[in-house]
Amino acid sequence: MSSNWLTQFPDMSRRDLLTIRQTLDGAYRHFSREYGDAIEAAFHPLLKFLIWFDNLLIHTPWWIIIIAITSLVYAATRSWKLSLGVVISLLLIGYFGMWENTMRTLSIITVCTLISIALGIPIGILMARSDRAQSIITPLLDVMQTMPAFVYLIPVVMLLGIGKIPGVIAVVIYAIPPVIRLTNLGIRLVSKETLEAATAFGATPTQRLLGVQLPLAMPTIMAGINQTIMMALAMVVIASMIGVNGLGQPVLRSITNQYFTLGLLNGLAIVALAIIFDRVSQSYAKRTQKHLEGAHND
Amino acid sequence: MTEHNIHTNEPSLEKSTTLIEIEGLYQIFGKTPKEVLPKVKAGASKEEVLAETGHTVGLQDINLNIKRGEIFVIMGLSGSGKSTLIRHFNRLIDPTAGLIRVDGDNIMEFSMKDLTTFRRHKMSMVFQHFGLMPHRTVLENVGYGLSIKGENKKDWEEKANQWLETVGLTGYGEQYPSQLSGGQQQRVGLARALCTDAEILLMDEAFSALDPLIRSEMQEQLLDLQENLQKTIIFITHDLDEALRLGDRIAVLKDGKLVQVGNPVDIVLNPADEYVRAFAKDVNRARALSVQTIMTANTEKLTGKVAGDVRGEFPKDKDHAFVFDEEGYQGILSRAKLDDMDDNTTLKEVLLPLTSVRQSTPLQDVIPIALTSPFDIPVINKKGILKGRIEAKKLADVLSP
Repeated sequence: MSSNWLTQFPDMSRRDLLTIRQTLDGAYRHFSREYGDAIEAAFHPLLKFLIWFDNLLIHTPWWIIIIAITSLVYAATRSWKLSLGVVISLLLIGYFGMWENTMRTLSIITVCTLISIALGIPIGILMARSDRAQSIITPLLDVMQTMPAFVYLIPVVMLLGIGKIPGVIAVVIYAIPPVIRLTNLGIRLVSKETLEAATAFGATPTQRLLGVQLPLAMPTIMAGINQTIMMALAMVVIASMIGVNGLGQPVLRSITNQYFTLGLLNGLAIVALAIIFDRVSQSYAKRTQKHLEGAHND
Repeated sequence: MTEHNIHTNEPSLEKSTTLIEIEGLYQIFGKTPKEVLPKVKAGASKEEVLAETGHTVGLQDINLNIKRGEIFVIMGLSGSGKSTLIRHFNRLIDPTAGLIRVDGDNIMEFSMKDLTTFRRHKMSMVFQHFGLMPHRTVLENVGYGLSIKGENKKDWEEKANQWLETVGLTGYGEQYPSQLSGGQQQRVGLARALCTDAEILLMDEAFSALDPLIRSEMQEQLLDLQENLQKTIIFITHDLDEALRLGDRIAVLKDGKLVQVGNPVDIVLNPADEYVRAFAKDVNRARALSVQTIMTANTEKLTGKVAGDVRGEFPKDKDHAFVFDEEGYQGILSRAKLDDMDDNTTLKEVLLPLTSVRQSTPLQDVIPIALTSPFDIPVINKKGILKGRIEAKKLADVLSP
């Protein structure tokens, strides 16, 4: 202890470390015992909605779902090719017996994406408006994106147990940073002169935000939403470890039992969902940005 | 006759009233500009202030009076603070110190709400890189100022369409700005600014991004429009040729300080210091100065068909006069000719034809006319109203350095 600090790191004693761990764990355990029920109750409406949406997707006859999804896709993209691709991949998924799990995954991804957008865009706007907010939120986003997902699963599970809600929370934490970052970036990239013009003509801050900043930031924001969806899908397998049903569970089972084909098929189903989400959101974004067409050709 | 005289006098009376007043305006950029202000006021130079405090002096001690209905040009090189200065007029930038009064109101005391109302009704702006909204159609861009005021769509679309027609872009309403050329885009910018019917027009290097041909076309269009609109225009440029062509008065800005304020002829003929002299030296005066700058305003004219109509009205100190009838300008009548004529002789037979010029005509186009005629040249506007005369001697004075 006295002179060997040169050769050995002068670390904290094991006993001190243990005390710190026990104190923090104890405090958190106490907190979750005290407030766990209240927090769970707060999330109850969301849970009910999730279950309802799950059931809706599973219990509706498959062909209605396929028609509904395909018409949504067509409405968003106006592309027959893409719509046909969607029909074929959904038929294949059903044929290989993954229909129910795919519907469950679809349901949770949709809900997570909507939550991420609903929270992420306002946070992104806040960041764009205030440099201080940006300097506080940016490191938080860095942590959220780099912290291994398993680490924040622990407190979430301690607080809310195993199930859909902790799954949603974990997925949202993991998937929300891109939409926040790109909303912020998109708004900050809006041409200063265009914004000045709006101000000079007497636009109020709200008119500037809704009429100029958000519409002009939209391509960037859409890229963020697209990334968010992709990241949410990537979390499906990890989320299945804390009891989220869906395509993740068979994958997890395949890992523990070494079922190569089962893993591959379910993995491919996830890929198919990802591609559908990606192409649809991208071509929707492109279609709404009509004014960008021909910008450099004329 | 008298009616016309009143008409021609009116704008010049209006022009004498001050519309915008700037007093003791300072702009200092940095972390604590207020603390640096006393130092700048005490006369520390830009470099000293930057070295000692890390603050940049943008504008110092600006005092300006801008009159109703004039085109006031603020000229300076890049970094002289001209674009910063123009942004104070509608408070896109707030000054560190100073007073800005528009139509008697101290706009520095305006609340956010007052300021919004002020910007919506009193001033509009044209930007160097157009500042158009790429996600809105040309028509929506032009009507932007009206639509955010809450005017209903039918009304603003109608006005916007009229202004598009005025700037020569009929039929482009449904296009997006990116589909237009630079010159067309700036026409949209101009139409947008005019569409709100604001009294004051701020133009921040509005034509600097355009190629020379289009630029000169736009300058002409602006002068034509101004003849009818009589707005108060504050125009920023780094180009003295442009300043001379457009400006009723010109302020020269250097390193955030006003070096000279004067009319175009003053700037060219009596530069206040070496800086302005250097600017003025390379100017092609014949091209840069317009008829407006040297014409003698409020010239008498004769109206009538026969000699008897005009005999009594012939100006006593002149040996020739401009003759008009209900169809407009007819030609020049010399005193000698008139004296030889009976009262019943038709004037048309003896009038000497002489081309008239417009206020916006550059002097280079006047020279050939002046060289071939011993008479003054009449200045007549688009509507055929006599605005003044060009005297050959004045023309020669201005053109010889």
